[in-house]
Amino acid sequence: MAVKIVYFAWVRERIGRTEEMLEPPPEVGTVADLVSWLKTRGEEYDHAFENPLLVRAAIDHVHVKPAAPIAGAREIAFFPPMTGG
Amino acid sequence: MEPVIRIQREDFDLAREIALLVRGRADIGAIASFTGLCRDEGGRLSALELEHYPGMAEAELRRVADEAASRWPLTGLVAIHRHGLIAPGENIVLVIAASAHRRAAFQGAEFMMDYLKTRAPFWKREHLVDGTTGGWVEARGEDDDAAERWG
Repeated sequence: MAVKIVYFAWVRERIGRTEEMLEPPPEVGTVADLVSWLKTRGEEYDHAFENPLLVRAAIDHVHVKPAAPIAGAREIAFFPPMTGG
Repeated sequence: MEPVIRIQREDFDLAREIALLVRGRADIGAIASFTGLCRDEGGRLSALELEHYPGMAEAELRRVADEAASRWPLTGLVAIHRHGLIAPGENIVLVIAASAHRRAAFQGAEFMMDYLKTRAPFWKREHLVDGTTGGWVEARGEDDDAAERWG
């Protein structure tokens, strides 16, 4: 099922786009699986996720851990640790 | 208590926000506020650029406000965060917490800021006085520590 993926800050810059619709294969079950799959898609993803511990994720506007399932997600976001305030 | 949450490009005014909060109220005995400003980092910065995740930024600030309201008897909460280019000396963020007594107001405001810094999806990038764009500001471990001490 297609899902919207959005990127922010240096993750967005490294990947070179702000958002895209992607259809991960069925074996991609979690956020960590999705990161592994994205890294196979090209150098820009490999660069953005070269240290996956530095990239945070959210599903439908809620922070999630790498083990979170992505089934039913409408929007998945990847971004660096936050520096607001 | 319905928290006031705003994400906006334009500046805010502390006095106006407090006046709006207390208007017609007789139950508030204490108001604590925190304002975060843009520093020039010793003359190095011409501006900070604040990027945010529209939709999630509001949702996360609301969750942090709800968490604060569940921990202290707050009678008012305001959280305003700016985005876009912000020059040194300008405001970035405002938190106001109101309660019957001072302790809940102080602690509610401090908790809001500690949680907001590590959870609200905002990212700062430096713009330098020589006209170039500097790097993204790195998250600080001490901010995580500050948030975690609330348990």
